[in-house]
Amino acid sequence: MKFINYLESITGVGIYPLISLIIFVVFFVIVTLYVFTADKKTMERDSQLPLEQ
Amino acid sequence: MQQPLERFHYDNKIVRAFAYVTVLWGIVGMLAGLLIAFQLAFPALNFDFPYTTFGRVRPVHTNAVIFAFVGNGIFMGVYYALPRLLKTSMFSKQLSWIHFWAWQLIIVSAAVTLLSGITSGKEYAELEWPIDIAITLVWVVFGINMFGTILQRRERHLYVAVWFWIATWVTVAMLHIVNSFELPFSMMKSYSWYAGVQDALVQWWYGHNAVAFFLTTPYIGVMYYFVPKASNRPVYSYRWSIVHFWALIFLYIWAGPHHLLYTALPDWAQSLGTVFSVMLIFPSWAGMLNGLMTLRGAWDKVREDPILKFFVVALTCYGMSTFEGPMLSLKSMNAITHFTDWTVAHVHVGALGWNGFLTFGALYWLMPRLFGTQLYSKKLAANHFWIGTLGIILYAIPMYWAGFSQALMWKEFTPDGTLKYQFLQTVQNIRPMYILRGVGGLLYISGVILMVYNLWKTVASGKFIPTEYGEAPALTKTFVPAHGYSFWHSWIERRPIQMLVVSLILVGIGGIVEIVPTFLVKSNVPTIASVKPYTPLELEGRDIYIREGCYLCHSQMVRPFRDEVARYGEYSKAGEFVYDHPFQWGSKRTGPDLHRVGGKYPNSWHYNHMMNPRLMSPGSIMPNYPWLLDNDLDTSLTAAKIRAMQKLGVPYEDGYDKKALADLKAQEEVIAADLKKDKANTAPNKEIVALIAYLQRLGTDIKAKNQGTVTIK
Repeated sequence: MKFINYLESITGVGIYPLISLIIFVVFFVIVTLYVFTADKKTMERDSQLPLEQ
Repeated sequence: MQQPLERFHYDNKIVRAFAYVTVLWGIVGMLAGLLIAFQLAFPALNFDFPYTTFGRVRPVHTNAVIFAFVGNGIFMGVYYALPRLLKTSMFSKQLSWIHFWAWQLIIVSAAVTLLSGITSGKEYAELEWPIDIAITLVWVVFGINMFGTILQRRERHLYVAVWFWIATWVTVAMLHIVNSFELPFSMMKSYSWYAGVQDALVQWWYGHNAVAFFLTTPYIGVMYYFVPKASNRPVYSYRWSIVHFWALIFLYIWAGPHHLLYTALPDWAQSLGTVFSVMLIFPSWAGMLNGLMTLRGAWDKVREDPILKFFVVALTCYGMSTFEGPMLSLKSMNAITHFTDWTVAHVHVGALGWNGFLTFGALYWLMPRLFGTQLYSKKLAANHFWIGTLGIILYAIPMYWAGFSQALMWKEFTPDGTLKYQFLQTVQNIRPMYILRGVGGLLYISGVILMVYNLWKTVASGKFIPTEYGEAPALTKTFVPAHGYSFWHSWIERRPIQMLVVSLILVGIGGIVEIVPTFLVKSNVPTIASVKPYTPLELEGRDIYIREGCYLCHSQMVRPFRDEVARYGEYSKAGEFVYDHPFQWGSKRTGPDLHRVGGKYPNSWHYNHMMNPRLMSPGSIMPNYPWLLDNDLDTSLTAAKIRAMQKLGVPYEDGYDKKALADLKAQEEVIAADLKKDKANTAPNKEIVALIAYLQRLGTDIKAKNQGTVTIK
């Protein structure tokens, strides 16, 4: 595989996994916060969708 | 201002078609499974016939169950639920039917090619390159149809099931394309682009996520639709389902390396796989509990309604296997369970319980509605449920028992420090368990036959409703939140394309982070000077090894454990596999590891053993391979194979393809002459000779001297 050369030539490529991990931990914290502060009526309405015909 | 109502239709014909083939392929896949289950207990059931031998039927079983049974089950669920959740018709009827027929054609060609021994030799991705391309095209058709439908929807909010289907589509596309990189050298044959450690990592990144994104996420979507439908109440917590979605797709993609613990993979990648696998318990259990809690206050219904019973056991099995999975990826557990029947038990709790029972529940719910009638017999369905459940139990417990006892026997030493048991003793010890497991499978499939009868009577008693109609206003251009409060996540909940992009980024980054070390591994793989490319005859022998599916029962990976080193020899090094396109590490030791088998036995031992394993190892459960002794070796592609390998970076000298055949003949003569000395008379040009050449080469490169191989000048 040729693109290995490109990956190896990036200085500090080892930090990439760490950065992505942090991005997603932050993402989840925000999603979780949203989920538990979200509007109750909207949530109820959305959850009823399969039951409508 | 009130929008005018628009009328649209739901196409039930395509749903019915997918439902029928789900049942059909389910039975085919399960029958294949039943055959191979009993073959392991009674090797005579291989019938000495290539097309019915374990190594070829087993991929038919796995492919049929995963891609035909569950695959069509997914499409049945999506084609029914997606338009109804979005209040619109499917985007294109033509695309629906192209999707349907092309998928069935792929299934048939998969069965035919696999039984013919045409395989890429990578578990769960055995199909050869033309079929791989066809799968890609059909997947694109499905994608266009799905996103076309989403874009013309009349319901702004995408229900959580739809998110799971979007993530499924995009991730399966990515997995399939990356893992199927292969270099074709003939109409039906190719070599994997990757070799050895790299190939193994890509394969298990794919293999693990095929479980995640083909057997799990689309069925979670099905669950989030059909469980509320069947119990007539909304899902327990919609908030929970949002967290469930993001956490599941994010965590799953990182967990693949847990299939390669104690192998030649770098340590940090192994640890990464373990950590993410353990974290996976949380979203998985959130999903399970969300499904089960949906039935809170409705347990009286569960007592009466077989559909809900199926769903409860499906969710429980999902919970069990997603608890077990992380446990199995802990290194200390993995040291015991890996390569044993424990893994087989684990996947079957998932396949029989989660996928099977969820499908049956959905079919029992769906079919009467498609035919405007009631289910023919609730009692029969309840009987199916109990027989099926008993089948799962009778399948799983003997396999756990077999796995555990075999692992303990493998590892047991006498006080003198020698291994206590021969490998064969461990096999014979678990044979009764194999029989019991077969009985469990038989029960399970008997239940399915009850279902077929029940559904057939249901269909006969009703009248098919080809089209149903719905009414809803078109979406307004500008969105006004119903309750005044809106957050960024509800922004994405309304936007399918952005959802696709974010899902792709999420799984893509997880994938890259996991794959990057694969390609950086090259610098970590110490090159071993004495490891040389295979000779042309060995290469042909290797292709026979792959064709007959030997990797399904034999590993080629000696792990650095005391017992394995004592039993098989020096543990395997990453540098030994650099010319293995594809890798053949295997995942199960029904038979012993073969990585150090080279030079262990005389050529004539292999000759007699392949003719009838019980001649050399009384009590062996390996099939006979008499055709290898009769078939002439086909060398018409040898030169093309050498050229393909050169393109993949295997250092054969320039123009070696022209000399390869002469070297091949010379090596054949050497082996045939040696066989003759031991009274095994064979013409040099038989397939068995090539296979012996390969087996005798295995794992010998790092030993001081080369044994009887023709060196490439």
